[in-house]
Amino acid sequence: MSGIDILYLITGLATMAFAVLTLTDRDHPRRLGTSAFWMIFGISLAFGGWLPDAVVGLAMLALALLAAAGQLGLGNYGQLSDTVRKARMQRFGSRLFIPALLIPAGTFIYTLTTGQSALVGLGVATLLAFAVALLMLRERPTTGLQEGRRLADSIGWAAILPQFLAALGLLFDQAGVGQTIAELVSSVVPDTSLVACVIAYCLGMAIFTMLMGNGFAAFAVITSGIGYPLVIALHGGNPAIVGVLGMLSGYCGTLMTPMAANFNIVPAALLELDDRYHIIRTQIVPALVMLTANISLMLLLAF
Amino acid sequence: MLSLIGVVVIVVGLALRLNALLVVLVAGFCSGLVAGMTPTEILEALGHAFTQNRAVSLFIITLPVIGLLERNGLRDQAERLVQKFRAASAGRITLSYLVLRKLTNAFGLQLGGHPAMIRPLIAPMSVGAAERDLSSAAIASPRFHSLSQRIRVLNAVSENFGNFFSQLIFVASGGLLLIKSVLDKSDASVSLADMALYAIPTALISLLVMFVMCRRLDRNIRREQRLLREEYPDLSYEGGVKESADSGSDTHSISVRESQS
Repeated sequence: MSGIDILYLITGLATMAFAVLTLTDRDHPRRLGTSAFWMIFGISLAFGGWLPDAVVGLAMLALALLAAAGQLGLGNYGQLSDTVRKARMQRFGSRLFIPALLIPAGTFIYTLTTGQSALVGLGVATLLAFAVALLMLRERPTTGLQEGRRLADSIGWAAILPQFLAALGLLFDQAGVGQTIAELVSSVVPDTSLVACVIAYCLGMAIFTMLMGNGFAAFAVITSGIGYPLVIALHGGNPAIVGVLGMLSGYCGTLMTPMAANFNIVPAALLELDDRYHIIRTQIVPALVMLTANISLMLLLAF
Repeated sequence: MLSLIGVVVIVVGLALRLNALLVVLVAGFCSGLVAGMTPTEILEALGHAFTQNRAVSLFIITLPVIGLLERNGLRDQAERLVQKFRAASAGRITLSYLVLRKLTNAFGLQLGGHPAMIRPLIAPMSVGAAERDLSSAAIASPRFHSLSQRIRVLNAVSENFGNFFSQLIFVASGGLLLIKSVLDKSDASVSLADMALYAIPTALISLLVMFVMCRRLDRNIRREQRLLREEYPDLSYEGGVKESADSGSDTHSISVRESQS
């Protein structure tokens, strides 16, 4: 079993533990639904690699139905009162930062020294930080899982939306969404105009990234459909400059779409924002400024 | 054109505020049917891709640690620490995080993220800085609630800006490797170092854009703090009985409907 598979297994088991704790939470108004949701997701996370794909597909259906039927809710997590928490804060002080900073620092050191993927590093560093936090705070592991469940419930079904969207990307690809967009754009662009071609390419990257939620997925399609034939081959743009600024134009699209849920929707839940789309709304104007900057840079530097 | 049916489903479904998971599945089925797949094949394709993309859900493993620290006052400590530094403002903290994120990112390091850095550390520090010298009634007011939402949004934006607009400066980043493989296939060979170099102007412009946004946030905070001090002059107004609390000129809209589905 590879390192990453072990990490999926551990994360899946932790998620299943959230489900079990939810089941024992008598104050939970959506006890069964919430428990089933995390249990199904935990199983798919831990054992997805060994389960038949159709079973995972059915699990996705069950997850979506549970969420759509409003079967997820918030329970009782045995939170400490404000006074007790503040007293503990006084006792631990800035030592509380140690486990928190151990996650990024540990990820970095592990990745650097072993050369393994950053994800495995994240897993190792997190487990280490968990152990340090338990020892330092003298808490039980179940309290940690209870706290994990609290945060998972507060994010709710949005926590698994990024993975759903990634799966959708594959089907968009099969249906040929990218080719259609590329054909559509290149059919309306007057290819004699350099400026029009550059704008079409950058705009195409941004728009297709908004649809796919992912700049990488957009790049191959839009570059082979518009960027290469019109900007590089026809007008003689420098491929390195066109390529990198094209990708950066795609990233502008990422900032403007709910399809990039892990960057725009999950954080809204994590930060307890009242409006799930608040981050996207705030990012639209700066993203358009950045898109204009990328288009201008491409015109300025690539020819 | 029929291939765009999935896109239409997404746009309409999200506009109607239907559950996004269900909308995604329906869009997936429509796209699959257009591509000539059978329902079983679609289910298998979805399941396969879902398993292939488990990495995006691995942040869940960090939740127990973050939660445990929060339970013991991590966020309170971050707020308290920042209040000792008079020069620390929400905008400056956000901008400092952005610079740190950009520098580490340019060297290929992924230090940060919304769950591990923004929620437990950067957001409480930024909000804590804005709370300085305000009475507890002022902090409990709807005006401050709305302000603190805007602060946290900018924290989240800085993470995204730091991540997206600097990652291509790293020569071995996944993005550059992808660009190279696509262009090499089209007979336009490119060097990674050249591309990394031309990612720098965009990174600098994004820094400038965030600088302007952080400055605007700080100005906004100072104005709101002035209004809050007028509305809640000191602790004797505990409980926020003054009527002017809700009648401010704050146009920021909070839709309660969206807060929970």
